Amino acid sequence: MKLEFVSYDECKRADSNIRQLAQPTHEVALAAKGITITYSGARALRDVTLSIARNEITALIGPSGCGKTSFLSSLNRMTDLIPGCKVTGHVYHDGINIHEPKTDVQELRCHIGMIFQKPNPFPLSIRRNLEMPLKEHGLTNAAQRYERIEHALTEVGLWSEVKDRLDQPALALSGGQQQRLCIARALALEPSILLMDEPCSALDPISSAVVEDLIIRLREKYTVVVVTHNLGQAKRIADSVALFWFQDGCGYLVEHTPTDAIFNAAQNAITKAYISGARG
Amino acid sequence: MISSKSSFSFLWRNDKILGRVLWASACLSTALLILIAMFLVKESWPVLTSIGITRFITDAGWYPLEKLFGLAPMLGATVIVSTLAVLIAAPLGIASAIFCSFIAPRRIAQAYRSLIALLAGIPSVAYGLWGLTVLVPLIGQFQPPGASLLAASLILSLMILPTIALTTDAAISTVPKSYLQGATALGLTREATIIKVILPAARASIGAGILLAAARALGETMAVLMVAGNVVQFPTSLFDPMRTLTANMALEMAYATGDHRASLFVSGLMLTAIVMALATLAWRLSGGRVHG
Repeated sequence: MKLEFVSYDECKRADSNIRQLAQPTHEVALAAKGITITYSGARALRDVTLSIARNEITALIGPSGCGKTSFLSSLNRMTDLIPGCKVTGHVYHDGINIHEPKTDVQELRCHIGMIFQKPNPFPLSIRRNLEMPLKEHGLTNAAQRYERIEHALTEVGLWSEVKDRLDQPALALSGGQQQRLCIARALALEPSILLMDEPCSALDPISSAVVEDLIIRLREKYTVVVVTHNLGQAKRIADSVALFWFQDGCGYLVEHTPTDAIFNAAQNAITKAYISGARG
Repeated sequence: MISSKSSFSFLWRNDKILGRVLWASACLSTALLILIAMFLVKESWPVLTSIGITRFITDAGWYPLEKLFGLAPMLGATVIVSTLAVLIAAPLGIASAIFCSFIAPRRIAQAYRSLIALLAGIPSVAYGLWGLTVLVPLIGQFQPPGASLLAASLILSLMILPTIALTTDAAISTVPKSYLQGATALGLTREATIIKVILPAARASIGAGILLAAARALGETMAVLMVAGNVVQFPTSLFDPMRTLTANMALEMAYATGDHRASLFVSGLMLTAIVMALATLAWRLSGGRVHG
């Protein structure tokens, strides 16, 4: 499987086009329709229909075990990795149905990157962490690879911190730096969407704030879907919030509304109780 | 064996006694090891002082009754046969561990693991017998006599394959699942994930397992003795018969006396030193996790 790589300039042009388009129209980047997830026959999430707007940050909130992470994983088919996990329903991205068996998942996951709760850089050097996936996706030109690496590290604000020690082990970085490296690693593949599963929850407050600021900056170029347990964080960074809840051991989507509305004028009883801290 | 709970329960009530028992057993095993090493040194001492260590390497041949003590051909044969065995067994063992961890369905993987563990339990003389009756005649058809370096390396590789397969399998299972997740999320194929992420992450422990297997190959006696032909010479082709240090000891100890006997102990001392060095290296590679 080979990916088409386009030049930087083309990317930048495409990006600015997208930005111009995105602001007024709220173009849909990802559309999930009737997603139901079962683990070995036991339903974990039922019938979620959710549209994710391009160049916005969508936060998925709700108590533990209500299927937020499962839903997030279904958006780039990371659910394929879990034995016994079955996803029904459709997710549309750029006119393709992600859950079609013939979808090229390797290419899909370049377009829809994922960041995990615990930073997971590989036990390689900083450079190799970014370089290896690029090589595997067919970017054979070393100069182009270097350019991509520099650009991605600059985007996450890590370039000035690591440019003199690119060949040192990535695991020697601090937790916050490791998480930014993981984000850079995903960005180097030039995705349009980033899925983040509680990206700050394993970090100390200061690193967490740095990553949070980074996520806000990413909105300019990328669509971000972020699972968070931190209501304050959702309020600070998200454009819209989707609240998940569970009933009889099975998760479902309560509502998906703009952040202002959910925090200041919640209508739904569950939402009100959760936001005010009375439940969850 | 613990025969009944009550008779030993005092150990848990009284930490001091448990501590002493454990100290005593630790000292006993260490003492045994030191005693064996001292015994080897003591028995080889007369010849080491009268002839000197260098002549064991420089002497023109192994004619102990004529006072020629050249161990070099046998030392060379031992190292070559072990190296070949590792070169054959390591790729197969690693491949089998990858199959077990990533390709095979869970049930087949479990059955396969038990099979490999069983393979590790077959006595070496049984491998030797099979080699003698099947492999040696087979090689002999192409290139007589059949008993050869090739036969010995193949039998040895079969014997150390389980060690490499099992240690590699264990090494792979200690690689954090988050690496697998991370690689998958970056759109890497299964092959790239295994080769570029999982194996590099496990390489220290895999290396330690291979070194342990090499140590076992160096020390293996019976099976090699049965298929190697036992001619004292430096093997120059795969089909040459050859004799290893261990086989030499087993063959000659029964009738050796005086300097001849002592020089057999010298070969024992050499082997012990090589194996210990390999085991130490393995232990350091794995950060002290592998038990030799």
